[in-house]
Amino acid sequence: MNSNLVMYQEEFERISQLLNRLRLDANAKIVFLVDKNGQQIASAGEVQLVDTTSLASLTAGNVAATDGLAKLIGEKEFSILFHEGRKDNIHISIVGQRLILVVIFDERSSLGLVRLRVRKASTGIEGVLKEMESKAQEVGVAEASSPFAEITDEDIDALFSE
Amino acid sequence: MSFINYAAREINVKIVFYGPGLGGKTTNLQYIYERSNPQQKGKLISLATETDRTLFFDFLPLDLGAVRGFKTRFHLYTVPGQVFYDASRKLILKGVDGVVFVADSQEARMDANVESLRNLEENLRENGFDLKGIPYALQFNKRDLPTAVPVDTMYRTLNFKGEPTFEAIATQGMGVFETLKAVAKQVLYELRRR
Repeated sequence: MNSNLVMYQEEFERISQLLNRLRLDANAKIVFLVDKNGQQIASAGEVQLVDTTSLASLTAGNVAATDGLAKLIGEKEFSILFHEGRKDNIHISIVGQRLILVVIFDERSSLGLVRLRVRKASTGIEGVLKEMESKAQEVGVAEASSPFAEITDEDIDALFSE
Repeated sequence: MSFINYAAREINVKIVFYGPGLGGKTTNLQYIYERSNPQQKGKLISLATETDRTLFFDFLPLDLGAVRGFKTRFHLYTVPGQVFYDASRKLILKGVDGVVFVADSQEARMDANVESLRNLEENLRENGFDLKGIPYALQFNKRDLPTAVPVDTMYRTLNFKGEPTFEAIATQGMGVFETLKAVAKQVLYELRRR
């Protein structure tokens, strides 16, 4: 499971669609998907209101710490985290063992509804993830990382020229 | 484990600053943050104690520009250096692409440097990485202090595979970007090789 994850336009669009539908179905403000290393994959909703890069890395840190806690007491994982605020709440769940689905919602929705809709959306996202993984294996690592296969020393130096 | 996003045409890379407590890992990140263009950088997040000791991690996202039409985003993390935060250090090394080891040049901290380096090797191994193979740069920080150990002594003690090594005074910025560049280059070369 330590392989690189490569996402193409097609999968990106399918995942974005799933997130959009989840946002509507769950009446949520923001839905987004990050990988366990804190890298943002896709999002839906009023994302311009928050710093998504920070949100992604803190979510991953949060999940990693919680995973650590789970192992300490002999649990495999805590698959759902929920943070309740005065106005806004955050629902965090693990999808397909390597992705984290985050739903931010307020009083227009409820924890029960969010949990229900998240469960359904997770199945869809897991499906896309599995396809991405099997595609990566078929295509092979060499071709999948093609934009960098031909990178030259000059390209790399140019990044650090200033 | 870098993440290549063809849809957004960007590649995300994770670099971790490791080293003994109070060695200057956070200071490295703060300097990079201060000196980068506003459009290049995101927020610097520090999860620290009330006395400004790193509790979990510092995080700084940095855009270095495009390679072959792909945006390169570097996610820089520090670990908490204090010995008893080992469980947190292990977590932060997950999915790492490159490591910077920030060593403290003060004579009194030599044992702490060696211990932290050993700890890095062990925690990398637990995460499925090998320090010998991973993109890696070494920094001798605090060269301005009167108790700084001579560079060649430090080199003999801490450099183990001829990795790029830099003298630094992170509070003044000396050697900070040089170290970052050295590890970032190796990560990009590694991506090409894969």
